[in-house]
Amino acid sequence: MDTILEIKNLRVEFKAQSSGQAKKVAVDDLNLKVYAGEVFGFLGPNGAGKTTTMNVLLGFVNATGGEAFLFGVNVREPIARQRIGYLPELTYYYKFLTAEELLRFYAKLFRIPSAETESRIQHLLKLVELDHARKRPIKTYSKGMQQRVGLAQALINDPDLLILDEPTSGLDPLGRMKVREIIQRLKNEGKTVFFSSHELGEVETVCDRVAIINQGQLKVEGRVADLVEEHQANLEMIFLKIIGYQAQSAARLSSEPPLVTNRKAEVRQTALQP
Amino acid sequence: MNTVCALASVVIKELYRRKDFYVLFVMTALITLIMGSVTFFNDPKIARYLKEICLLLVWVSGLVIAIGTTARQIPAERENRTIFPLLAKPVTRGQVVIGKFAGCWFACGLALVIFYLFFGVISGTREGKWPLVQYFQAFWLQYAMVGVVVALVLLGSVLFAAPSSNATICFIVVVGILLLGRHLNQVALNQTEPLRTMVYAIYFLIPHLEWYDVRDFVIYDQGTIGWIDCFLATLYAAVYVALLLFATWLAFRRKPLNV
Repeated sequence: MDTILEIKNLRVEFKAQSSGQAKKVAVDDLNLKVYAGEVFGFLGPNGAGKTTTMNVLLGFVNATGGEAFLFGVNVREPIARQRIGYLPELTYYYKFLTAEELLRFYAKLFRIPSAETESRIQHLLKLVELDHARKRPIKTYSKGMQQRVGLAQALINDPDLLILDEPTSGLDPLGRMKVREIIQRLKNEGKTVFFSSHELGEVETVCDRVAIINQGQLKVEGRVADLVEEHQANLEMIFLKIIGYQAQSAARLSSEPPLVTNRKAEVRQTALQP
Repeated sequence: MNTVCALASVVIKELYRRKDFYVLFVMTALITLIMGSVTFFNDPKIARYLKEICLLLVWVSGLVIAIGTTARQIPAERENRTIFPLLAKPVTRGQVVIGKFAGCWFACGLALVIFYLFFGVISGTREGKWPLVQYFQAFWLQYAMVGVVVALVLLGSVLFAAPSSNATICFIVVVGILLLGRHLNQVALNQTEPLRTMVYAIYFLIPHLEWYDVRDFVIYDQGTIGWIDCFLATLYAAVYVALLLFATWLAFRRKPLNV
């Protein structure tokens, strides 16, 4: 199977905010491989290093150590991004442009011929169900529509690899379902999708493999079905266990003063149990 | 080149879809027309005053459009996070800087063309003369100066955190150069060391934008400027634009993209 994305011993450090503080290690010795045709879920709590890893892959941040490759090309080369599509988290696209103007602009950056650009715009606006709003300025779009136009721009170059940073963040259930359907459709078309999400149910539904990182370190990597079988729990429980939530919460509970009523204590204990 | 043109086209679209340009143009036109309709003391040379006011408004509007449009370009990309999908394409930060410059400069050029057409029509109808070469030179030199201003503001937009502070600082610097730039060497002569050397250094370092202000030539019909002088002035502006854009790229190259 072809390796589409490869991360080797990646380390990213950020300068200390003040002179007394130590450097912040955002990613620590990360190794990862994503193969052609896979939908790969990249999971971790907030601040785990997911977005930083994606920023390295996209050339926004330089790695302190290690290397990353897309299609065998070092991510430091702009040409490595020729065959990828990227959907960032919560982006407010150029408000004064319409959806089709926005897509035409991004198509120009890929030097896609005009005739092909028009047919791709037609296809993508139908795919993301924005055909009816194609001539409206983006400033009139709802949050869900903006996220879908973002997905369309990520697909304008017919990419072989899609990198999605929390694609369903801030969307209502219907919006989430639509984005999930699109990812599923892309998977069926044989595209490779690498995405981060906090919606673990959704990850379990669409992903072939997942990696969970915490404090910049890779904690677990494997097929979703294998992980579920191995841990005898759903992905959410596995995630909470791996990031040490149970241990933390138990320690916190034992150090806290007793709750006002026994009933409240029962409710809290029940809520924390797997 | 394709990438630079694509980036520039978005900036131009932004200019003509925002209200700034229309407001400034209507304001300039209204003030000029009102002034033109009044006859002070039956002075036959009233057209000169009219030209002076109109050109002053064109200069002020040109600077406001150039500084206002350029100051928000890169900060808005970062604030709205559009810089992420943009740089995720095969686009370098250098191309972003050049594309933004080209877009802002071209957009300002379009605005200046409209302002000068209006000026030409107003002064032509009042004076019955059409010195087109003179008008073209005045337009071209102002356009070259706007190029330096745009490059300066673009540099400011990667150095200063807020577009408003950048716009204010750049406006003060540009107006300062236009008003005081030519006198700095005389100011230096009256100073003691080391202030004298410092003022001289500033005099030789700053782009002398005041050289591009040929309004008096147009107002008092002093004829045209030599084409060689125009060419040298354009070359001087081009050198400053290149230096400022290089400095912008150096600053933007390592700048974190998050606000």
